[in-house]
Amino acid sequence: MSSREEILAAIRANRPKLERPLPAVPHFDAAAPSSLLAMFKESLTRMGGQFLDPPASGDPLAPVRERVAAARIVCSTVPELAGNRDIGAVGSPQDLADVDLAIVRASFGVAETGSVLLSDRDLKLNAVGYLAQHLIVLLDPAHLVFNLHQAYQRSEFRERHYACFHTGPSATADIEGVLIHGAQGVRSLAVLPIAGKAAGGRPP
Amino acid sequence: MSTDPSRPEEGGTPHGDPDALYRDGRRLDHAEAASTALRPTPEKQPRGAIVRGGRPIDQAEAAERFIAAPEHERMHDARLWDLRQKRDREMHGIEEWEELRALASGIKEHTLTHLDEYLEQFEARARANGIEVHWARDAAEHNHIVHAILRDHGAKSLIKSKSMLTEECGMRHYMASVGIEVTETDLGERIQQLDDEDPSHVVVPAVHKLRTDVAEVFANTLGTDPNNSDVHYLAESQRGATRPLILEADAGMTGCNFAVAETGSVVVCTNEGNADLSANVPKLHIASIGIEKLIPRLEHLAVFVRLLSRSALGSPITQYTSHFRGPRQGGEMHFVLVDNGRSARLGMEEFWTSLKCIRCGACMNTCPVYRRSGGLSYGATYSGPIGIIIDPTFNAHKYSRLPFASTLNGSCTNVCPVKINIHEQIYAWRRELVKRHEVPFVKKAAMKAAAELLAHPTAYRAAVNVTNAALEHLPRFVIYNGLNAWGKQREVPHPPKETFYSWYQANRGGKP
Amino acid sequence: MKVGLFIPCYIDAFFPGVGIATLELLERFGCEVVYPREQTCCGQPMANSGFNAECAATEALFVRNFTGFDYVVAPSGSCVHHVRDNFDAIEQTDAVRAVRSRTYELVEFLHDIVKPRAFPWARFPHRVGLHNSCGTLRRLRHAKASELREPFFSKPLDLLSKVEGIEFVTPARPDECCGFGGTFSVFEEAVSAKMGYDKVSDHAGAGAEYIVSSDTSCLMHQQGCAERIGLPIKFIHIAQILNGASA
Repeated sequence: MSSREEILAAIRANRPKLERPLPAVPHFDAAAPSSLLAMFKESLTRMGGQFLDPPASGDPLAPVRERVAAARIVCSTVPELAGNRDIGAVGSPQDLADVDLAIVRASFGVAETGSVLLSDRDLKLNAVGYLAQHLIVLLDPAHLVFNLHQAYQRSEFRERHYACFHTGPSATADIEGVLIHGAQGVRSLAVLPIAGKAAGGRPP
Repeated sequence: MSTDPSRPEEGGTPHGDPDALYRDGRRLDHAEAASTALRPTPEKQPRGAIVRGGRPIDQAEAAERFIAAPEHERMHDARLWDLRQKRDREMHGIEEWEELRALASGIKEHTLTHLDEYLEQFEARARANGIEVHWARDAAEHNHIVHAILRDHGAKSLIKSKSMLTEECGMRHYMASVGIEVTETDLGERIQQLDDEDPSHVVVPAVHKLRTDVAEVFANTLGTDPNNSDVHYLAESQRGATRPLILEADAGMTGCNFAVAETGSVVVCTNEGNADLSANVPKLHIASIGIEKLIPRLEHLAVFVRLLSRSALGSPITQYTSHFRGPRQGGEMHFVLVDNGRSARLGMEEFWTSLKCIRCGACMNTCPVYRRSGGLSYGATYSGPIGIIIDPTFNAHKYSRLPFASTLNGSCTNVCPVKINIHEQIYAWRRELVKRHEVPFVKKAAMKAAAELLAHPTAYRAAVNVTNAALEHLPRFVIYNGLNAWGKQREVPHPPKETFYSWYQANRGGKP
Repeated sequence: MKVGLFIPCYIDAFFPGVGIATLELLERFGCEVVYPREQTCCGQPMANSGFNAECAATEALFVRNFTGFDYVVAPSGSCVHHVRDNFDAIEQTDAVRAVRSRTYELVEFLHDIVKPRAFPWARFPHRVGLHNSCGTLRRLRHAKASELREPFFSKPLDLLSKVEGIEFVTPARPDECCGFGGTFSVFEEAVSAKMGYDKVSDHAGAGAEYIVSSDTSCLMHQQGCAERIGLPIKFIHIAQILNGASA
C-alpha cells in the first residue's frame, strides 16, 4: 500500500463517528463604518504602516516623489510612477536584491486589519515585494472591503497562484519583545490612496 | 570574541569584562581602578530539560533551574503575560469573539470527522494547479521525501520559514547528516538554530532568551560584537547575515498554517515576510503540511485568520498572510502531507480534538506553569498545555510526567481559539497513564494506601483524631510525600486545638 | 431544607473554624444541618492524580453518607467540582446521580438557593483581596473568568458586598492560578512556591490586608508562602466573614 493509501485508510478507520455538521459562517459586516478608508488608515498605522494622505489639490503622488528621486534603485510595476529598474527585464529574483524602493499597486485593501492584497499579477515578480528595502503601495479607495469575511469572497484567492496580505512592514519582536521593523522583508510600507485600474478581482 | 593581543587597548576579553583594559593578558588596575569587574555579568541562560534517552522527562527539575535564573524567569513571565493581556484587549474589541471561537471549533471538528474527503479534494485541486503532492506516513518518510526532492534538483542549500512540523520531524538534524545546509529565516528560529537549541515556544521560539544571551550566540556564530546587546543591532546583524543565504539558496521551504481544500491552497502567516522570501526567491518551494491543517473553504479562512494572530500575539493579523495556490512561472512547488501519528490520534476518543490546534500558543502564554518554567523544560517539540496533551501520543513513557506539570486551572481551555478542552484532556491523560502503568511505583503504592484509608471511616478517624498526629499523618496521605517538599519554601499549616469532628462531637454531639 | 454537611479532610484537620462557620451560617438561614459522622473524603486527591479506579470505595462511602438530603454542601470548590463533574469510579445509579447533582459549594448554595438579602451579623472593615480558586472560577463558574468575553458576574462578590465595612482591592492578575494544584504543590514544588509568592505579593501590592477565598486549600498554600517570605497579609475563608468573624 502506498503511504497515501495507508494514511487515508487509517483516517477512514479512525475518524470519530460523530455528527459534526459544517457551521455556516456569517459575514459579521452589519456594523461596517461609513468610511472604510478612515478605518483602513487607523488599522494600517497601528500595524506600523504609513498612510500618505494626498495633498489638498494637485499631484496625488507628491508625498513620495522626493523619496523616489532620492532612492538609488527604484523598481516600479505601476504606470503612474517610473523607476530605474524595469521589472519586465528582470530575469531572476536575485537581480532585485539591490532595489531600494519598490512601487506596486494592490488589488484591494481590508479596512478591519489595514491590509493590502498583493497578488502575483500586482507584483509581476513576487520577490520584489520582499527584497526591496522599502515598499510603496498604491491603493484605490474604491477597492476597500470591510473585513476578512468580505475579503475572502474575492476572486484573487481562486485565480491567482500567489496572493499575500501585507499589513505594514516586515516586523518581529522575537528578542525580549522589542519591536523591529525590517526583520527580513521591507523596512517600511507606505500606502497612497490613488484611484486607478485594479489588477483584477470582482468586488464583493 | 576579540582577544587579539596585538590590539591590547581594545576591550573584549574572554573573561567577560567589556570595560577593562588588558595588557599581556593582565587586567590593568592602576590609578584607582577596580581589581575586578563591579558590573554584574549577564545571567547565564538556564538550559532545558535533561534528556536521558527515552527515560521520562523531569520537567520539574528543569523548571526549578529556570526559576533559579530570576532575570530570565521574570522577563519570560512578564513577556508572555503581556501577550495574554494584549490578546484580551483584542478579544474585547470583537463583539462576535465567542461566536468566532465556536465557529472555528465547529469547522475543525467537521473537517477532522471528514478528513479523508477533504484531503483528497485538497490534493486534486493542488495537482490541477500544477503542484506535486507527496504523502508521508511519519517523520522519517517526510525527511526522505524532502531530501529526494532536493536531490532531484541538485539542491544543496535550503532556506525555510518556521514550521513546528519540521521540528517534530527532526528535519534539520536529518538534513545536516546528509549534507544539506538549512538556514532558518525566522529570527527566533535562527537564534535557536545558531545556538543548537530547540525552539521553546511555537510562535516566539527564543522567548526564553535575554538579549545578552542572543548577543553571545551571535558573537560566537555571526561574529558580532559580544558586548553589544542592543536589540536593533542584533536584528540588523542577523538580517545582513541571512540575506545572502536567502539569495543563494537552491530551494525554499515553508510550513502551513491552513490548507484550503476548496482551492488546494496553503496559507502561511508570518510577521517577517520570511515565508514569502523562502517561497519566492529560490525556484523550488516545498511546503510541509500536517494533515490536520485542512479546512474546507476560503470563507472559513476568515474565521481562523481573524482568531490566530489575536490569540497568539494580540495583533489583529500577522504582517504577512501568504496564500500559495500554484507555482510561479519557471518555478516548481511541492506539498508534503504528513501524518506522523495524527491519524492514530484521530481515533482516540478523549484526545482527538487536540487535532483542532492551530498552533497559536495562546495556551502557553496564559499558562502560569509554562511562564515560570520555560518551554524547554518540557523536553519536547510541543510544550505548555497543548504539548502536555499531544506529547504522550508520540511517546507515553518519555512524556509520562508532563500531564502532572499542571494545576488543572483551566485558563488554557478558555483562551484556546478552537475550544480544545485542554485541561480536561490533561486530567484524562493522568488516568490513561495510570492505566498504562506509566506512573512511578512509589506514587502508585501511596495512592493505594491513601484510598484504603479514605474508604474506612474508623481508620480514617483514627488517623485524624489525634491533633498532633494529624499534622504528621494527614499531609502524608493527602500529599503523601510527607512534609519535606511542602516545607521547602512554605510554612506548614498551624495545628488547631481540635478538629472539626471533635468540635462537633463536643458541641453538637447528641445529634446523629 | 435538610442539608448534609461535607467537611473535607484538610478543613477537618487544620481549619475547623471554616467548618464551624459553614455550619453556623447555614443554620442562620434556617437549614437543618446534619454532619454525617462516617464521612471521610470525596476521592479528589486520588482522582486528580489519575488513580480513578482507586476512588471507588471512597466514592461509594460518600454516597452512602450523603443519600437522603435535599442538598449536600461543602466549603470547598475543588471537592464539589470533583463530585459533580468527575466522580465516575462507581456505577452511576439513580442514588449516585441524585447525590452528585445535589452537591453544592457553599458560595453557590448561598447565592443560588438561599439568596440572602443581607448578613446583618457580619462586619468586616478591612481591605480585602478576593481569590477565586480556579476550580470554583472556571469549573463551577462562580464568576466571570478574565479569558472569556462575557458580562461580568461574581457570586462571591455579590455575597461579600453585603458585609458592612468591607473594601475590595484588586491585584494585577486577579485570576491567575496561585499554584496549589493538589499534589502539584509537592511534585512541582519550585513552580508552586513561585506562583504562591507571586500571588500573595500581588495582593499585598494592591493593599490587601486579607485574602479571602472559598477554597481553603488555596489559602493554606498562600498562607504558607506569605509566612515564609514575611508578608503580613492574613487569610480568611468566605464562610468566616459571612458568619460574622471579626479580624
